[in-house]
Amino acid sequence: MTVILDDLRRSAAPLDVERLRADFPILAKPVRGRPLVFLDSAASAQKPRQVTEALKDFYETDYANVHRGAYLLSERATERYEGARETVRRFLNARRAREIVFTRGATESINLVAATWGRKFLKAGDEVVISWLEHHSNIVPWQLLRDELGITLKVVPVGDDGAFLFEEYEKLLGPRTKMVAVAHISNVLGTTLPVKAIAAAAHAVGAVVLVDGCQAVPHMKVDVRDLDCDFYVFSGHKLYGPTGIGVLYGREDLLKTMPPYQGGGDMIASVTFEKSTWAAPPARFEAGTPAIAQAVGLGAAIDYVESIGLDRIGAHERDLLQYATQRLSAVEGLRIIGTTPGKASVISFVLAGVHPHDIATILDRSGVAVRAGHHCAQPLMQRFGVPATARASFALYNTRAEVDALGQALDTVREIFG
Amino acid sequence: MLDELRDLYQEVILDHGKNPRNLRHPPDANREAQGSNPMCGDQLTVYLTLEGDGTVRDAAFEGQGCAISMASASMMTEMLKGRSEAEARALFHSFHAMCTGEDEYEDHEGHEDHGHGHAPPGGLPGGLEDEMERLQVLAGVRQFPVRVKCATLSWHTMVAAMDGEAKVSTE
Repeated sequence: MTVILDDLRRSAAPLDVERLRADFPILAKPVRGRPLVFLDSAASAQKPRQVTEALKDFYETDYANVHRGAYLLSERATERYEGARETVRRFLNARRAREIVFTRGATESINLVAATWGRKFLKAGDEVVISWLEHHSNIVPWQLLRDELGITLKVVPVGDDGAFLFEEYEKLLGPRTKMVAVAHISNVLGTTLPVKAIAAAAHAVGAVVLVDGCQAVPHMKVDVRDLDCDFYVFSGHKLYGPTGIGVLYGREDLLKTMPPYQGGGDMIASVTFEKSTWAAPPARFEAGTPAIAQAVGLGAAIDYVESIGLDRIGAHERDLLQYATQRLSAVEGLRIIGTTPGKASVISFVLAGVHPHDIATILDRSGVAVRAGHHCAQPLMQRFGVPATARASFALYNTRAEVDALGQALDTVREIFG
Repeated sequence: MLDELRDLYQEVILDHGKNPRNLRHPPDANREAQGSNPMCGDQLTVYLTLEGDGTVRDAAFEGQGCAISMASASMMTEMLKGRSEAEARALFHSFHAMCTGEDEYEDHEGHEDHGHGHAPPGGLPGGLEDEMERLQVLAGVRQFPVRVKCATLSWHTMVAAMDGEAKVSTE
């Protein structure tokens, strides 16, 4: 009972952000002689000590190659690596750890599905549905497949507020739809897509569903069984983890039917010069020595966000989003692109008469790091008739004071550009 | 901080950026090239109308980009008109050296002169010194390394148009 009450109290309590910031040494280091205001976590998040120390500790105490069980160190390294897989399984609420494939990142995860599942099961005339909100990494792999196999790519349009137009989506579904691949949350507009309903509609026509969860996992609890998606992918580095590690969750029955992605060590059952047979998933998709330490680091990153609580992180970020939306709306000529209810803590904006690149340069001189550009989503830029946007994104370590710094820096932009 | 920014965003640049000159597609243009900066998504097309002897009769551009790239393209098209091809290329080299802060001719000259020694061997042809003087307003990009490509995009594109290349990217 006491435990439950403690949990309740904890989940309701606001974040002690100052204490959490102390976990991120880089945030205390000045940039251009000013305090760093890091508002580009949607591109890549900073790393807490808990992650960098896990990497160091692993290299200094348990490191060896994995799955070479003849000696103790390899046994320990394998335990840590497979332990990280179990951590990811729990994090996504997957049924089995063998449904978790480690990759280099979400981009590789999507390419893996396109190259293996896609090449095996798609044929000319089949249709893949994506949305206008996709990152290039969930567009280009399907285009490569289209050019190779003669499949058709269909794109769900978005509303003027950045919403995924569900009725339009349903119209695109049909007997030829074989794959629906959508973002969970838009990296540009913050739009949260109704992936559970998207998956249900896709399954109704017999299509397989892939969800790009890069922007979702740092902000909200994700349950792949509840969403009922077939594939779910994300990158470790946006979740406060190391670079070079990502995840492909795949339903076991699907993974089992898929051919290997790359050939090499660790992915075979047996090899002769005449014929090789493949290991079962996930090993089948992890050819060569994997990113062992990075997987361990990702496990540490997941432990870190879970120790804080994704509900509390989400609540804190929503508060910042609301505060920032108000503050930015006060800047003359500023227009926020992407205004759907329930959006994630990402604000894309344009400023009348000022190119986003100029905004970012002036903000940078104020110590404020934002992204300016097309955010690897050029079709979305075209949709909203802008060459680029500036984007501020908020993470667990950001504060209202940093939003104020952003606001002041934008006032400087107005001052310079008139 | 503001001083450095004021140095980058001088009035002349803001003026050219807001009201770019020669932002049009001349119907008689006989050379053109597209330039793009994939990092920021800037795209522009430079149009040249060259006489038989290579003299630039008209120079114009279309596209969109940041204040720096717009101002640079605008000023470039203004000063190309009436110039010979050799003069245009000489200006490009001097301007490029000014933006990057490197004197690419120092090896030939055998001395280092990072401050103002942007002239190619033998000095700039007549009148170009004045143009380089005007282009000094863009020298502020040296303090902003990621912005150098913004300033030089239109110039690279202009040279590509002269060379008969269709596309150039500053990646």
